[in-house]
Amino acid sequence: MSTKERTGWIIGGVLIVVYCLAPIAWIVSLSFKAPSDLANGSFLPSAFTGENYALILNGSASDLFLPALRNSFAICLIATFISCVLAMFAAYAIARLDFPGKKFILGTALAVAIFPVISIVTPLFNLWRNIGLYDTWPGLIIPYLSLTLPLSIWTMSAFFREIPWEMEQAAQVDGATTWQAFRKVIVPLAAPGVFTTAIIAFFIAWNDFVYGISLTSTEASRPVPAALGLFSGASQFEDPTGAIAAAAVIVTIPVVVLVLVFQRRIVAGLTNGAVKG
Amino acid sequence: MSTTTLPPAGKKTEPVSAPERHTSDRAKAERKLGWLLAGPALAVMLLVTAYPIAQAFYDSLFDYRLTDPENRSFTGLSNYGVILSDPLWWTAMGVTALITLITVAVELVLGFALALVMNKALRSIRPVLRAAILIPYAVITVVSAFAWQFAFDINTGFVNSWFAWLPGVDPSTDWFGDFGTSIFVICLAEIWKTTPFISLLLLAGLAQVPEVLQEAAQVDGATWWQRMRRVTLPNMKAAIMVALLFRTLDAFRVFDSIFIMTAGANSTESVSFLAYRQTISRLEIGLGSAVSVLLFLVVVLIAFSFIKGFKVDLAQARGER
Repeated sequence: MSTKERTGWIIGGVLIVVYCLAPIAWIVSLSFKAPSDLANGSFLPSAFTGENYALILNGSASDLFLPALRNSFAICLIATFISCVLAMFAAYAIARLDFPGKKFILGTALAVAIFPVISIVTPLFNLWRNIGLYDTWPGLIIPYLSLTLPLSIWTMSAFFREIPWEMEQAAQVDGATTWQAFRKVIVPLAAPGVFTTAIIAFFIAWNDFVYGISLTSTEASRPVPAALGLFSGASQFEDPTGAIAAAAVIVTIPVVVLVLVFQRRIVAGLTNGAVKG
Repeated sequence: MSTTTLPPAGKKTEPVSAPERHTSDRAKAERKLGWLLAGPALAVMLLVTAYPIAQAFYDSLFDYRLTDPENRSFTGLSNYGVILSDPLWWTAMGVTALITLITVAVELVLGFALALVMNKALRSIRPVLRAAILIPYAVITVVSAFAWQFAFDINTGFVNSWFAWLPGVDPSTDWFGDFGTSIFVICLAEIWKTTPFISLLLLAGLAQVPEVLQEAAQVDGATWWQRMRRVTLPNMKAAIMVALLFRTLDAFRVFDSIFIMTAGANSTESVSFLAYRQTISRLEIGLGSAVSVLLFLVVVLIAFSFIKGFKVDLAQARGER
């Protein structure tokens, strides 16, 4: 590759990185601006201040933000866990067994994945109020399954199809018991796929806004995106911009850490599930 | 020279355990186990989607307001008549279609460019690019919407001072003050957030284009553009169609960015937002349900026309055939 070409690709790469990170850099910069500095018209703050973080972590806005953070973590982790367990069994059956209905299950998963979320909200809003699930954790975990489960089934069956299942028999021939063969051979082969699926499912649940804002009404169950959407400052005379920016940075940290640590797997999971399924 | 594609790879060999012609007890047991393992997941999926949409259809046949439950009355399809004859619905449909069209078109071109760069990028910077490109995908839509809103905001933003040299932009430009500029910023935020996903799908498609064909075309003296049009694109048609289908349906549900940025002001309301406002804000369960059902039907129609019209073969895209 010539030097000229090389420089071209590097410039292309730099452009991509700037494109991807600029809005994040902006919201981080904004979160360090003091209220009087918000309207300074420039990208960076005139002076860095941590007061926005203090406001949402132990100041007057903390009783709005911290419960929401707790709700988000708990609800998303539980929904991810349930859908991964269900998807694990389904994906095993789809990848390994021969039975009619496989296509139907994958087709249903696809249909559910493209389902307009808001169409589920209207009936659930009414139903949840009647049976007391409105504004509770289960009231969000159940609809979250409609987001996480189809994706988990697709991604995991794609991963499971690539597992060399014959290794299990091979281990048994070599004298391993069924349980040993499963635990020592299959589990290590399947674990990365399950784990990757869990990360992607968590992203999807973490991103939800429609359910969060429609099916909750108090700090008892409101997740972070909904809390951010409704956040209007500690008092009506205070501009909430800085506090929102700080809260936005905090909810972005977990996903950025996951991306940095598991980027290779996440890309494999995303493309496998959609292109190869 | 017409389009060049390799014949599909040979059929996968049947698994060793595939049943013989007769349905043996073993095959029956396998079928039973299959349903036993996959059944719960299927049941949950149907329970959280099929049941609510059926309920929504039922609710949509009533004149039903949550604050006035006594006067709930069966009105047949009249809610649909009310909605379809209301300009609000058609404005929301227009806005949704406009946003979908703009974002998907731009994302396809931009996503393809990103995929090309990543495909050719030096091995050493590939992990950096991969991590960077996953960031917009992983950041929650609400955060992305806030970031773009604050950047363009007349008080907190920097866009007005940075781009003051552009005609029509000055320190007092209110981007959220009218329809066109609001839609522009909403589209920017959506494009930023979802292009990475498209580019990853296209990158996977690019990787499936056989290198031999590229080389053969190059030997035959094809230019870069000819190779692109006659070799690369036809061979990744399936990947492009899948990306297009997923993103179109996803874009049609646009809600978060509109809620955060304009809350539907200046007629920027999308169909999802209209359904939300009817149900959650106005507690008009009957009307809201009817909007939801209509949106659902439109999405089904889009998916159906994609799969039939463009012959998107999902099985082929998944490398099954």
